[in-house]
Amino acid sequence: MKYQTQQLAYPYFVAALALFLVQLVAGVLAGTIYVFPHFLSEAAPFNIIRMIHTSALLVWLLLGYFGASYFLIPEECEREIYSSRLAWWQLGIFVFAALGAVISYLFGVHEGREFLEQPLWVKILLAVAFVIFLYNVTMTVLKGRKTVVSIVLLVGLWGAALFYLFAFYNPSNLALDKLYWWWVVHVWVEGVWELIMAAMLAFLLIKLTGVDREVIEKWLYVIVGLSLVSGLLGTGHHYYWIGTPSYWHWIGGVFSVLEVLPFFAMVLWAFYLVHESGRDHPNRAAMLWSLGCPVMAFFGAGVWGLMHSFSQVNFYSHGTQVTAAHGHLAFYGAYVMLNLAFFTYALPALRGLQPFNQILNMWSFWIMTGSMAFMTFTLTFAGVIQTHLQRVLGMDFMEIQQQIDLFYWLRLGSGIFFVIGALLYIYAVLGPVRGQMVAPLGAQSATK
Amino acid sequence: MAERLTKSAARNIFYGGSFFFLVIFLILGIDSHLYIKNTSTDESTLTESVARGKHVWERHACIDCHSLLGEGAYFAPELGNVWVRYGGRENPEGARMALKAWMKVQPTGVEGRRQMPQFNLTEQELDDLVDFLEWTSRIDTLGWPPNNAG
Repeated sequence: MKYQTQQLAYPYFVAALALFLVQLVAGVLAGTIYVFPHFLSEAAPFNIIRMIHTSALLVWLLLGYFGASYFLIPEECEREIYSSRLAWWQLGIFVFAALGAVISYLFGVHEGREFLEQPLWVKILLAVAFVIFLYNVTMTVLKGRKTVVSIVLLVGLWGAALFYLFAFYNPSNLALDKLYWWWVVHVWVEGVWELIMAAMLAFLLIKLTGVDREVIEKWLYVIVGLSLVSGLLGTGHHYYWIGTPSYWHWIGGVFSVLEVLPFFAMVLWAFYLVHESGRDHPNRAAMLWSLGCPVMAFFGAGVWGLMHSFSQVNFYSHGTQVTAAHGHLAFYGAYVMLNLAFFTYALPALRGLQPFNQILNMWSFWIMTGSMAFMTFTLTFAGVIQTHLQRVLGMDFMEIQQQIDLFYWLRLGSGIFFVIGALLYIYAVLGPVRGQMVAPLGAQSATK
Repeated sequence: MAERLTKSAARNIFYGGSFFFLVIFLILGIDSHLYIKNTSTDESTLTESVARGKHVWERHACIDCHSLLGEGAYFAPELGNVWVRYGGRENPEGARMALKAWMKVQPTGVEGRRQMPQFNLTEQELDDLVDFLEWTSRIDTLGWPPNNAG
């Protein structure tokens, strides 16, 4: 680590991992309610637990991006972060708002729009913290060396902030509400967040492979170009049945196919660079996560997304467990694994250690990735059966849910395994150091 | 081919392509906005009570169990067409009574069945919510869902 202010990333990563645990606890509770319907039905009904599960996810991923930005921007710009004090204020406001949201949910206070349930004051605080962050990193980039990685990262973060403004608009016309709601929800995860993802992966690949920056950056442009070219109009696949014009049917279909390309390109990019470099980086766990992330993102966001994004298929599969299957693998593959890759790479440096406990970290990779893959399969089977019974045969929703109970048991099991993997991960990156691995001298420069 | 694509060409594709598709996205967004206001929804019947009903829907986070026009938590039935499912088209008074009665008797406490919380809605709130669901059922969704089951 060359710059003092990179240390700012540490508290962000710790806060992110703490919220990751909150998300997982809520997820396991929600999975339990699926198989024991009366569980917690008075104290914390399913809708409250579900909004904690999804909101905590979004907030911890954002905390991860903020921390990663504070870590990588000094190295990219070759200068310290503009203001450490602002970064601490931002963290304080953001964590306060996140905790405020979780507590207010438990008391039934929320705005009740899916994923945008945060009460107004929380939304405002999140936006304020976001603006402080943007000011801080933009000033740093403007005053320092401008690399493609930092510029693409900034475009992604600015885009996320701008499209978040639509969270404040809630018309009484439900169809209009949905039209703009997707401008936050879709444009984030299938648009601007992909820029953040590609920039963070590019940074990791530069550090882990040592391949010439020029080559990596050229392909970074290609990938993020594909992301926005496909992702903006890809919103079309959400515009099939909400009162929008029918031209979205073919726009949604065409651009959904294109949406697979940036993810596929990221897989090729990562594997090609690692193969080309031939270098054996001592942080093998970071390498594993960095390669696993685009692969699982390709399956979760790409393949599972494409599976039901044609209007002819979506007419039957829309809003069934097929969507839940896709949502879980897409978020895990693209954004959860991305952050975990970055933490794995950065935390040893932040803690002043050589890569250590990497075996444990790699075990956590396989446990989490395996259980998430299994969860995706179970929900996919459940969804296919549900689609047939409900949409083709016209059976009653609640009757169908009893028929697919087995899959909900399997899903709960994979959720519990996932939590075990996550606990191992947290222990591996933040736990006490016993046998610290001595890195060979030549590798030390690569881990800084 | 990799050699022919220069870094500045890649950069121009990114900025140019993104800007081009952003403009198209905005234009189609405006067009869809107008289409919703003028064609697919009936704004003349979007009364105060429908708007209040939407707030009742949001205040109780119904979307985090149910789905509405296919979006939501998939834990409880689709409600975009619940008005139709309850026969509201043929017998609006009967559907209203049945929907209100259903919400009043929650939670059912039936063993092995998912429980809907008791939200203690007032008569007025119940009517507003039913108005909202009735209005929602008339949005032109191009034939979705495929059948009454939602």
